[in-house]
Amino acid sequence: MNQFQYVRATKPQAAIDVVAKDPTAKFIAGGTNLVDLMKRGVMTPQKLVDINRLPLNKIEAQPTGLRIGALALNSAVAGDAQVRARQPLLALALNAGASPQLRNMATVGGNMLQRVRCSYFYDLSMPCNKRQPGTGCAALEGINRMHALFGASDKCIAVHPSDMSVALVALDATVLISGPKGDRQLAFSDLHRLPGDTPERDSNLEAGELITAVDIPDNPFTRHVHYQKVRERASYAFALVSAAVALDIENNTIKAARLALGGVAHKPWRLPAAEQALVGQPATEASFRRAAEVAMQGAKAFKHNAYKLRLAPNTLVQALKTASAA
Amino acid sequence: MTTNPDLDAPANHDEARRTFLKQSSLLTALALVPGSVVTAAAEGFDERVAAAFEKIPLSLKVNGVKHKVSVEPRATLLDFLREQLHLTGTKKGCDYGQCGACTVHVDGQRVNSCLSFAVMHDGQEITTIEGLADGDRLHPMQEAFVKHDGFQCGYCTPGQIMSAVACVREGHAGSEGEIREYMSGNICRCGAYANIVAAIQDVKGGGQKV
Repeated sequence: MNQFQYVRATKPQAAIDVVAKDPTAKFIAGGTNLVDLMKRGVMTPQKLVDINRLPLNKIEAQPTGLRIGALALNSAVAGDAQVRARQPLLALALNAGASPQLRNMATVGGNMLQRVRCSYFYDLSMPCNKRQPGTGCAALEGINRMHALFGASDKCIAVHPSDMSVALVALDATVLISGPKGDRQLAFSDLHRLPGDTPERDSNLEAGELITAVDIPDNPFTRHVHYQKVRERASYAFALVSAAVALDIENNTIKAARLALGGVAHKPWRLPAAEQALVGQPATEASFRRAAEVAMQGAKAFKHNAYKLRLAPNTLVQALKTASAA
Repeated sequence: MTTNPDLDAPANHDEARRTFLKQSSLLTALALVPGSVVTAAAEGFDERVAAAFEKIPLSLKVNGVKHKVSVEPRATLLDFLREQLHLTGTKKGCDYGQCGACTVHVDGQRVNSCLSFAVMHDGQEITTIEGLADGDRLHPMQEAFVKHDGFQCGYCTPGQIMSAVACVREGHAGSEGEIREYMSGNICRCGAYANIVAAIQDVKGGGQKV
């Protein structure tokens, strides 16, 4: 591993100042992704600013929703009574991710900002536009069974690996950000980017910006929710495809729906057209199938991931059936 | 100063340090710990600040014993425990957070010690497999692993046991299915899973303090 300088911050502004001034500096919180990437030489920060002592780990009830500090641990959020009561979909998605040990380390902010798990991103001997802009995308013509169906470019076809983020995008969350130019908010759906011509940028955060919290507005989705994750072993693996669904059902009619897919795009993939297709419909498998067809419009497979063209709608339908029966 | 064994490390790291010192304002330094850095910066002793970045002071408790040491920032908690404290019960399996062999408890919570730097644990309390037994009396989970043959080669066992103790303490050992889900971060290449689950169920059902 490369040498680096290590400093600890006790105030957000001090941490932001250091990272904003030095493009080789990175914040470190749980470290579960960054330390991994540093061991492999994929990321080589010259300076780490330990932000674990910043006072950003509270889970607070606000008048219009929940505010979850960026340093709240994944396990703490998943086990929190308010989260389980008011945002059960988030708890389900968190518990579907990683392992108990990793959830005890990983923070909410770090989970959002984890990097893609594309094997070519990790392999220093292969081209990767995300790791080394301009070198090409080895996955395009390589083994791309884990890769994207939506929003990919010829520069990058990797997918965002977070389960939590799939729930957060469905739940209309907002990200609170502090930076060298002050504070701002960003809709969760605008946090992550599609790869386009700049796959080296995962998010719309500017240099030195620090996520401080995420707000989740209250909603009627406290009962009919489900997070369906399909992976290659029963637990502790990244999703091939996942679906976060939340339904508001009255007299077997769907009043409102929130849907998102994971494992299919460079960002958690919200499905607004499929949500619209469900509103006013009976909560039946036929409705769910039609919505899933709408959800898949525009999907494009590569050589090894065509199976996802069937797996994704089936996963969505299964999630909807489970949620509606809850 | 420590010698850098990494061939890929920049040859000019002294220069990099000085650049950092020039770039950092004193105000920034004051808001950052460790204290030795603050003192050195305030007194204008650049080289002393530089040296402080080479090794970082670290105070922590491991298995009830206080340690005041200095560590290189790159040392993971796992390597620190094994190489510096010679507590080799905690195993290095994959070293990438995928196998769970390195599981220890930090302030009572199970974590992968391979995926965090030791310097990030200043002031915390670590428990390793060496800290579970009460003198010569094995911890109930250790006894149960022996009784149920919860291992074959034994390499993953310290991590399995640390994780199993946490699994019961967290209240995630309610059924076989729940145990399997909440033990999924610990891989056993020998495939002793059935016996590991039996050992955990035995402890959970035994009513002993875990």
